[in-house]
Amino acid sequence: MQGTAKALPGAAHGPKVRARRESGLSIPTLWVTAAWRPRKERGSQPGTPGSEGGSGALSGKSFNSSRKGVPGGTGLGSRTQGGWGPGPGRVLLQVQAPGRGRGPRAGPAWEPGLRPLHPPALGSHARPLGYAQAPPRQIRLRSVPPPPARVYLPCRRRRSRRCWTRRPAPSHRPAARDWLSAVQSEGPERGRAFPAGAPEAGAPGCACAVRAAGLVPAELRSWAVVGQAWSVGSGSAAATGWGAACRMPEIRVTPLGAGQDVGRSCILVSIGGKNVMLDCGMHMGFNDDRRFPDFSYITRNGRLTDFLDCVIISHFHLDHCGALPYFSEMVGYDGPIYMTHPTQAICPILLEDYRKIAVDKKGEANFFTSQMIKDCMKKVVAVHLHQTVQVDDELEIKAYYAGHVLGAAMFQIKVGSESVVYTGDYNMTPDRHLGAAWIDKCRPNLLITESTYATTIRDSKRCRERDFLKKVHETVERGGKVLIPVFALGRAQELCILLETFWERVNLKAPIYFSTGLTEKANHYYKLFITWTNQKIRKTFVQRNMFEFKHIKAFDRAFADNPGPMVVFATPGMLHAGQSLQIFRKWAGNEKNMVIMPGYCVQGTVGHKILSGQRKLEMEGRQVLEVKMQVEYMSFSAHADAKGIMQLVGQAEPESVLLVHGEAKKMEFLKQKIEQEFRVNCYMPANGETVTLPTSPSIPVGISLGLLKREMAQGLLPSAKKPRLLHGTLIMKDSSFQLVSSEQALKELGLAEHQLRFTCRVHLHDSRKEQETAARVYSHLKSVLKDHCVQHLPDGSVTVESILIQAAAHSEDPGTKVLLVSWTYQDEELGSYLTSLLKKGLPQAPS
Amino acid sequence: MQCAQIQINHHYVGLWTGHDFHPQFPSFATCSKTELIDLSTVDVILISNYHCMMALPYITEHTGFTGTVYATEPTVQIGRLLMEELVNFIERVPKAQSASLWKNKDIQRLLPSPLKDAVEVSTWRRCYTMQEVNSALSKIQLVGYSQKIELFGAVQVTPLSSGYALGSSNWIIQSHYEKVSYVSGSSLLTTHPQPMDQASLKNSDVLVLTGLTQIPTANPDGMVGEFCSNLALTVRNGGNVLVPCYPSGVIYDLLECLYQYIDSAGLSNIPFYFISPVANSSLEFSQIFAEWLCHNKQTKVYLPEPPFPHAELIQTNKLRHYPSIHGDFSNDFRQPCVVFTGHPSLRFGDVVHFMELWGKSSLNTVIFTEPDFSYLEALAPYQPLAMKCIYCPIDTRLNFIQVSKLLKEVQPLHVVCPEQYTQPPPAQSHRMDLMIDCQPPAMSYRRAEVLALPFKRLFEKIEIMPELADSLVPMEIKPGISLATVSAVLHTKDNKHVLQPPPRPAPPTSGKKRKRASEDIPDCKVLKPLLSGSIPVEQFVQTLEKHGFSDVKVEDTAKGHIVLLQEAETLIQIEEDSTHIICDNDEMLRVRLRDLVLKFLQKF
Repeated sequence: MQGTAKALPGAAHGPKVRARRESGLSIPTLWVTAAWRPRKERGSQPGTPGSEGGSGALSGKSFNSSRKGVPGGTGLGSRTQGGWGPGPGRVLLQVQAPGRGRGPRAGPAWEPGLRPLHPPALGSHARPLGYAQAPPRQIRLRSVPPPPARVYLPCRRRRSRRCWTRRPAPSHRPAARDWLSAVQSEGPERGRAFPAGAPEAGAPGCACAVRAAGLVPAELRSWAVVGQAWSVGSGSAAATGWGAACRMPEIRVTPLGAGQDVGRSCILVSIGGKNVMLDCGMHMGFNDDRRFPDFSYITRNGRLTDFLDCVIISHFHLDHCGALPYFSEMVGYDGPIYMTHPTQAICPILLEDYRKIAVDKKGEANFFTSQMIKDCMKKVVAVHLHQTVQVDDELEIKAYYAGHVLGAAMFQIKVGSESVVYTGDYNMTPDRHLGAAWIDKCRPNLLITESTYATTIRDSKRCRERDFLKKVHETVERGGKVLIPVFALGRAQELCILLETFWERVNLKAPIYFSTGLTEKANHYYKLFITWTNQKIRKTFVQRNMFEFKHIKAFDRAFADNPGPMVVFATPGMLHAGQSLQIFRKWAGNEKNMVIMPGYCVQGTVGHKILSGQRKLEMEGRQVLEVKMQVEYMSFSAHADAKGIMQLVGQAEPESVLLVHGEAKKMEFLKQKIEQEFRVNCYMPANGETVTLPTSPSIPVGISLGLLKREMAQGLLPSAKKPRLLHGTLIMKDSSFQLVSSEQALKELGLAEHQLRFTCRVHLHDSRKEQETAARVYSHLKSVLKDHCVQHLPDGSVTVESILIQAAAHSEDPGTKVLLVSWTYQDEELGSYLTSLLKKGLPQAPS
Repeated sequence: MQCAQIQINHHYVGLWTGHDFHPQFPSFATCSKTELIDLSTVDVILISNYHCMMALPYITEHTGFTGTVYATEPTVQIGRLLMEELVNFIERVPKAQSASLWKNKDIQRLLPSPLKDAVEVSTWRRCYTMQEVNSALSKIQLVGYSQKIELFGAVQVTPLSSGYALGSSNWIIQSHYEKVSYVSGSSLLTTHPQPMDQASLKNSDVLVLTGLTQIPTANPDGMVGEFCSNLALTVRNGGNVLVPCYPSGVIYDLLECLYQYIDSAGLSNIPFYFISPVANSSLEFSQIFAEWLCHNKQTKVYLPEPPFPHAELIQTNKLRHYPSIHGDFSNDFRQPCVVFTGHPSLRFGDVVHFMELWGKSSLNTVIFTEPDFSYLEALAPYQPLAMKCIYCPIDTRLNFIQVSKLLKEVQPLHVVCPEQYTQPPPAQSHRMDLMIDCQPPAMSYRRAEVLALPFKRLFEKIEIMPELADSLVPMEIKPGISLATVSAVLHTKDNKHVLQPPPRPAPPTSGKKRKRASEDIPDCKVLKPLLSGSIPVEQFVQTLEKHGFSDVKVEDTAKGHIVLLQEAETLIQIEEDSTHIICDNDEMLRVRLRDLVLKFLQKF
């Protein structure tokens, strides 16, 4: 796919340099501006770009972020210094009407009042993500195409959108400088004018700006004043607002985690001027800084709350919520965090569990505390399925059932007519305890989907279950022990139900244990949130609650050494710590035993190692563990397989797709498949890479019902041959837009219509009486203008539609008659046509 | 009975509906006067709460209704239980045949009192069967609070929490420019359900208000206290307590109160029996709707603990539930005890047996808590009765004080409510506080009356494609007001309107074709805008001279001026709001003059 230059594959060191293509494109002249207001009291100082030099210097400072610090691939050591926003604060757009010049700064060369969406350097760290906060949407009409924006505008071809990644930045040059030079390469004078924010008065394009300036609604002009006033006060703003201002509406996505990787899901989405963070997970494969997403990418110094409108957690797995207390309490975020009820219930328990392992067992310092988990959960707002949650006036989110674990949800994020769907992890086939994911045909601009099993098409669930039971059964029969590492919630319950029914059917006696005290609690959650399970369980729960197990008992550490067969479910699922690892070490040496890995294992975990065939493991303390027990892998983890992903794409009908939460190679395959099958663009950004999608939202206005009904009355379907036009006047008042008929517009504005009428004298040679001439004119016109209403009035005059024709005698020449043709300006075409027709004379009357 | 129907954009939205239940004649019920509405024209039925869906099978079955029914999940599940109980109670006492001749008006007139006064007996129908219930419920589409449901692209409906019962909802019905709120059976008290969502009701054009409390004078809190103390008193004296009730709803709150009260009142040894065919299901279901419960109960679920304490009562064997008095119950039954059972009308169900059993002893007490039935009427057939009767109606729905508070908060433009809410109840005609008091006065409706809502729809939403918007040229007419003329192709699909840029006119080809084209043009060519403004004569004359018209003469007339261009034999009449150009047939000249005139005018 063009556009995305390849990210350095998991480079552990050094700067990432990416190429970016640019194209010169036209800018739409009507903007939907989710313009901006100072959101809340966002302490930061607003800034406005100053002169070019100043901005350069400033941006030198604020953009002087290292390129290497991308919270990138798997092995990234250094932390980024750059933020996703300008250090000092937001940049407000300055709006000026050049005609009404304010001081030395003439108006900008583009339409004032555009939303200062994003700073120019798309891929740079120094991106004021949060500063574009939108007031009521406005349309902006007929503006000058802001030339510098061309640099950033990808092609508007509908079907082939490009994705832009970070701009190439020679490492010796600050990003903003670099951006500036790119601008200048477009056109020197524009380049200068643009980032400076105040183009010189004579700059090309200003002439148009003058035209545009007159049209700026007063409200926006007042914003101009604000913008200016602020600019005076703040000397330290980055020169980014302008560039941002002229960009067309777009959606930007940057994964901080889960980009071409599994684990540490964290995706930043910027849509309609709103910034949303999707998931906030930890990486199981790391024990250092890299386990959490690099939030300094969002902002280095500012408060995260200022840059994010909300955070959404898709489900309770730690790779989707594990970094939440760190993010909200240690980095600092006070905005809303949305998740479903079961997630809200279970998430703190898993976090606490995680904390205990990290702090109590591994003795880590500087980890989040129990209190932090509690404080963090206080910021959570629970959502119902399908509930439309209004985050603010414009941003709304809606949860759909995802079926991955209890309470897993997909989220639709919508601003105006632009929308993004984030699937989180999902499962398209119902299993023994959960239903299948479902979404309506919501046609989002972008679908961000997980792709864990991008290349796998799994055989039927039944076969897998049979295999699983067979293996367990065989091992137990020969007296071996079966270890099933699982996460306390999710797969565990499904497998428990499976084994429970099997034990009952086959009447087995070997004990089944479930480790840790979490079990019963976990099952209890399933009982109380039974509405989230599948239909069968929901229907029968009154008679028999499937989560009350008869054969499965709590595990005690001492049981591990008991002789004889047993089946043990132990946490955690990837054998990276805790009880499952302890039991594994005890049982690994006996070839009679078996370990069944029922889910995905992240790289670096013991689970991953043994699955990839390693039989000698280096354990802590330089001890080598030889694995003699059988290792089996059963894909029970409830992710959609390739077929399922395709199915979901088909359900939602997105305009483009973005893959996360999967391995790069597999993604590549799926990407091709999606592009082939659905003919939509598919992206797979790496961590820290930004995908930008231009959108072209249509503008909602109110049409007067009178006008609409008049149009509708003329027939519903416009025929292709002769399209009927609707004529009206769009009144733009403050932020409201009304489309009314022209007459109504005049009336509403309290203006009288000025009638412009033309009367032309056409001389005809005709010696007959006036009445006869009129009659001849009538019959002539009648025969020529078949489609029009031609009438002969009793007073002798002839009308064609509303055009009046009268015949009069010539004052001097009796052989000539004067035809007076009279019409209004509105009928000019027909009037002018008639006069030219009559001038040619009348056909000879059949006398 | 509540039922209203709203027509918006030619789509009918039915706001459903309870049924008139005739407690005296349990096997019959009427639903709304179906002659009034053709049910096959109803597109959508919105259900407020589980009490308001008891007539659903009558509507969805055998009437030609083909629309969709929307309700929340708890409403459907508990509604199913209520209907199941009703059907079960009725089917326990099958009747081989039923009389219908008495429905003849002449005969009915002669019958004794309740029958004589019954209205519309001809519309009475037999109770539905479980099969019909299932079929009706299968037509329901589940929705969640605050879910926006698009109907036909024209209307959006949204259920909001109403705070009255599990899953009970108020509905917002809105188009892009109008908003109607339907508030039915709402409660501002904190009981088990999620609190009422008031904020979303704001900015309503019309608020339809119904389902207020039946007992405006009773305070539910006081009633619960009275209930507990009477219960304790009776039991301590060795008597039994009978509580006729529905299997869901207030009973959860009563059990919770008792749970707290039992130990302090020394009732720990007294068994509580809950007898209903759906008792078990009701108790189980109440525990799984965590998301629909109030905050306190939600946090309990997060622990995880069952939200309602009746789970503990069951575990400790203090509360036992049975499907009927037969079977296990007869073995376990011991007195004194407290029995919760239905039906609250005392006409059918297991409650009848207990009335018979305990009615003769003054030690026993029957406590009425359901407000739907007059307890005097309910008791009438059992008289003479020795047992004590306590009337503690617990109705948490809005009372008039709360209504006026709510209306002040929500500030709808118009309030619409049933007639009986606009005047004090007939029994207490001096209580002027027992009526809705709002400004402007509420509009009332009567049964089977059509009420036109006093707002006119002026606007509809239309979308302008970005390409078209690009081409618009706005001009500022007054400060802050800009105009742009729009000529576009209107596309309408699924009630969504979109304006697309007009197709480019085909380039004119040969002369003949061109002429034809010009004839066709008035249909699809850009319409000439309207003009506005006036022409200052002096400047106009100057402009004329600048453009090469030499001998310009100006004559004043009564209304304005006449400008004469003698050379061109042209006359221009200029008045305040009109201009008339009279010239020879010289198109060039005319166009030149036209353009000069247009310079002074604004176009629309």
